[in-house]
Amino acid sequence: MDYLLIQMLNGLQLGLLMFLLAAGLTLTFGIMDLVNLAHGSLYMMGAYIAWTLIAWTDSFVLGALLALPATFALGVVVEAVVMRRLYARDHLDQVLATFGLILFFNELVRMIWGPAGKSIAVPAFLSHTVEILPGVPYPAYRFALIVVGVIVAVLLAWLVARTRLGMLIRAGASNRRMIAALGVNIELLFSLVFGLGAVFAGLAGLMAAPISSVKIGMGDDILILAFVIIVIGGIGSIKGAFVAAMIVGQIDIVGRAFLPDLLKTFMAPAAASSAAPAISQVLVYILMAGVLVWRPTGLFGQRS
Amino acid sequence: MKDMLASMRTPRGLFTVALLLVFALLPLLTEAFGQRYLLSVGTRIVIWSIAAVSLNMILGYGGLVSFGHAAFFGIGGYAVGILSANGLGSGWLQWPVAILASAAWAAVIGALSLRTRGVYFLMITLAFGQLVYYLGSGLEAYGGDDGLNISRSRFAGLIDLRDKASFYWLCLALLCATLWFCSRFAVSRFGLVLRGAKSNELRMTALGFPVFRYRLAAFVVSGAFGGLAGVLLANEGAYVSPAMMSWVKSGDLIVIVVLGGIGVLFGPLYGTVAFFALEELLKPGLDLLHKGWGEYWQVVFGPMLVLIALYARGGIDSLLGRRDG
Amino acid sequence: MVEPLLSTDRLVKRFGGLLATDNVSIEVRPGEIHALIGPNGAGKTTLVGQLTGTLAPDSGSVRFAGRDVTRLPTHARVRLGLARSFQITAVLREFTALDNVALAVQAHAGHSFRFLADARADRRLRDPARRGLESVGLGDRADTLAASLSHGEQRQLEIAMALAGDPKLLLLDEPMAGMGAEESQRMVGFLGALKGSRGMLLIEHDMDAVFALADRITVLVYGRAVATGTPDEIRAHPEVRQAYLGEDAA
Repeated sequence: MDYLLIQMLNGLQLGLLMFLLAAGLTLTFGIMDLVNLAHGSLYMMGAYIAWTLIAWTDSFVLGALLALPATFALGVVVEAVVMRRLYARDHLDQVLATFGLILFFNELVRMIWGPAGKSIAVPAFLSHTVEILPGVPYPAYRFALIVVGVIVAVLLAWLVARTRLGMLIRAGASNRRMIAALGVNIELLFSLVFGLGAVFAGLAGLMAAPISSVKIGMGDDILILAFVIIVIGGIGSIKGAFVAAMIVGQIDIVGRAFLPDLLKTFMAPAAASSAAPAISQVLVYILMAGVLVWRPTGLFGQRS
Repeated sequence: MKDMLASMRTPRGLFTVALLLVFALLPLLTEAFGQRYLLSVGTRIVIWSIAAVSLNMILGYGGLVSFGHAAFFGIGGYAVGILSANGLGSGWLQWPVAILASAAWAAVIGALSLRTRGVYFLMITLAFGQLVYYLGSGLEAYGGDDGLNISRSRFAGLIDLRDKASFYWLCLALLCATLWFCSRFAVSRFGLVLRGAKSNELRMTALGFPVFRYRLAAFVVSGAFGGLAGVLLANEGAYVSPAMMSWVKSGDLIVIVVLGGIGVLFGPLYGTVAFFALEELLKPGLDLLHKGWGEYWQVVFGPMLVLIALYARGGIDSLLGRRDG
Repeated sequence: MVEPLLSTDRLVKRFGGLLATDNVSIEVRPGEIHALIGPNGAGKTTLVGQLTGTLAPDSGSVRFAGRDVTRLPTHARVRLGLARSFQITAVLREFTALDNVALAVQAHAGHSFRFLADARADRRLRDPARRGLESVGLGDRADTLAASLSHGEQRQLEIAMALAGDPKLLLLDEPMAGMGAEESQRMVGFLGALKGSRGMLLIEHDMDAVFALADRITVLVYGRAVATGTPDEIRAHPEVRQAYLGEDAA
């Protein structure tokens, strides 16, 4: 029972991280109609920039806080140099160009930081455990991730639901031409949304760093998972991205945790524990296929 | 015939003929210059060209941006690998099984994916590609993530695939067969329906074509040729692994097709050659500029793709002069 | 009494709270030109969608050529002989005029799972296609890309495509839209010459054309068929005069 609770918390924590990554992606997708494969690169850059700034300031919190405006700036630059020219293009051109950006960023990281991965230590003040229930310890850093994830999700929900920027974002996701007709400075809006997406991706990358590692290509596979989430949720829908991220987080972690036992009933134990992560991934993709067959534009997507 | 001779005199024709000539003579050239390594690069280019031509059938002629094509590398390759690991080494068995398995997979994902449109289609094909990738890495009995060393398919008395030059010529012959099929396919009744549906799906439906069925059939045909490329790739390295079907490989295939010129018969060929040649040229080129820079060739290659996407629509084919009709 | 070629029985389609098709029952008889008129937003497009099979009605049925086609997909209805042209010109822009019509011929020449023979050299497709082009006056434009044809020529091409399968019923969705006076005049002449050879359902805003061509007219207002009758009856119909034509229109 305690084991299940801890695994579900891990699933929640992964889901929240995935939500951060997916939120920016679903916005750029929904509003700018942009297939941005390079979103995972921003996740990676966030982690690497944070690694450098944490080493430089010798403080996790300070380094992380400085990394956020840095990834925002990076996002705005990428938007201005490349993305802006892609909005009106078909998806194939977007795939080609942003695929090129992935190669560029992966190699750039190798040039600057070298081929070996980096690690960011869990900050000392979060390296203990907290008791989530009497007698059930949970790592404080992971707990903090959940707290930060929830805060950011609430903040984002507030931003989208209550502010003028959010109003424009919602209008843009459902009808791109409408915001142009409202006399809004589209270029500025797009640049802001893209920068915001970059910050969330970077935040996800740097928060994930202490529990995984900072390495080249770290964003490539997780990007696909983020795509799966926004497609399940419905492109352009923040709510959809959140719901789908929660589901995918649970499937991934709980699958990893419980599949081995299940598989051991008919497989060799060693084989079962190494096949389980792959199979829990497969479950996620089967879920996506099922959702799309059932609702071809996702759970909360616009019907065409 | 007269038309063919005339079209060979255009820059595009001359370029294509020269390219095919180099392909045909490659084993002799590499032997003469003692560059054995280049022959295996050449073999991989030929195999990737087959895969790219097969992707071009649905992407170029059908307008369906499928982002899971590397799965066919994997299915074709693993079919060979799994049979070989179980002592079934005959190519006469392995190859048909591999190609049928790829076609069957194409039928399944096609039937599901073709219900969606646009970017959802792109994403669902990507997801199915990932599904195969993770299935492959979950195959613990066949090496899991690490992959599997295999022995090459045996065609007793007919051809020895271990001989590099023979294998190369076999691949080349299969590429020519694939190109021949594609050239017929593109102007056949079937091909015209597929291309018509790319141009205006609603119109084709209103004319009375059940567009879904034709697209599904195109998917299956394309998947079968993709599986063939997988079979060859497995035999080239005597090795299969999940890495051969990662989504990045699917991305590479799309890049190749777009780079060469989508919906153009020889486009995938131009694209594959350029894709592999750029790597071989950029590395020494950058090293000349500054010792050690060659290692980071993708810092140049990546932005080149961005520029091609932005400014060179129509790919290499469009650089070879205008096309009429 | 002759069975109608196309008929609907109390067809209903809702979009949310909006009743876009409200118990519509219409009939097109073999050989007649039946016009469907109504102000913008009357539900003409929605009705056309249900007739051709791109929209499923919430209730009611559609019969065509003696059978219930309510649940049949578009391509199957076309096979039965229900051809259409589009309100917004829909030709295959990257193909030549001849290719366009040849594909329409091909749609009625059995299945197209033929992978090897060159369809552009197939006289069974090209010859009828060429004749079709000539019949709409585009004989000399056969090798021109559809995208390069003038607007009027594209509309003529559409008619040639619709006629290629020798349909029993031709559904013409605003064939005169966007045409100049002279082009419209030619189209009216052309459609008039086709009259009697097959049934036609004509959706059109150009009242001169409608009254010149139609045998019978149905008036659609707010999703309801308020009147059906000969052009003279429709001109005289009080509800039509008020709701649609306006008092001064007669």
